[in-house]
Amino acid sequence: MNEHLTAYARSLGIRAEPAVPGEAPTLALEFKHELEGRPGAWHGGAIAGLLETAGYAALQAALRADERDPLLKPINVTVQYLSTGRPRPAYARGRIVRLGRRNANLSVEAWQDDPARPIASAVMNVLMVEESPG
Amino acid sequence: MDLFHGRFDPDVLARWVLTRAHPGWLGLRYRAHGVDWCELELPWRADLVGEARRPVLASGPIVSLMDMAAGMAIWVQGGEFRPVATLDLRVDYIRPARERAAVIGRVQCYRRTRSAAFVRGSAHDGDRQDIVAEVSGVFMALDPQRMVPA
Repeated sequence: MNEHLTAYARSLGIRAEPAVPGEAPTLALEFKHELEGRPGAWHGGAIAGLLETAGYAALQAALRADERDPLLKPINVTVQYLSTGRPRPAYARGRIVRLGRRNANLSVEAWQDDPARPIASAVMNVLMVEESPG
Repeated sequence: MDLFHGRFDPDVLARWVLTRAHPGWLGLRYRAHGVDWCELELPWRADLVGEARRPVLASGPIVSLMDMAAGMAIWVQGGEFRPVATLDLRVDYIRPARERAAVIGRVQCYRRTRSAAFVRGSAHDGDRQDIVAEVSGVFMALDPQRMVPA
């Protein structure tokens, strides 16, 4: 799973948790100073990076299952910050709300201690462009 | 330096907040500000690429750029450095940034209430008329008394 992460995701330090059959990948990110915003809190941009990466991981897993390999282009993302990210690891997992031919709509949540109490969520629209062979 | 009190000086603040933590890691640079806006630059860096197939900056660092420019726009507009937290941030990716290009983001704080600040802005990669991303968001003011240093 980790080999599918972007250079940006690897630079942040994002890694995939062991795969659970039938479930979208859960990504994990340890807290470090490079991800800090206000003293003692995660930077909103780092949380957004984790959420977007988890959204793409969910989408890519579903596309691989369908044997599709389109170019993915972000259309937009809306991030809701629900509570302060504390200096502890954060996790995120995406859910595919709708997977069409050209568009995917994803819902992603990030949490720290309890998946039922997310610290942030995101809605993403992604454009999928199938590359013509050759 | 007491960051949470006193008159806001963008120059002093930029040297402080952009050289540490996440903005420092990204290498964000201060460019300019006006009465209610701030402009920052996200330099090109190979390890911030978002695609295997093309050397363009990932969308995540652009969110960080715009989030940080928004925070600084709020401080500029209010004339003081008060801690704020992002409540909601929307980014429309109009087109990918050009290959190996830096991205420049300008965000305006166009409305502020006692507890909320409303922002909007756009990002480009050299030509201000040729937009890479549009953002809008809402930030909440935090009580400095409740800030706990790490």
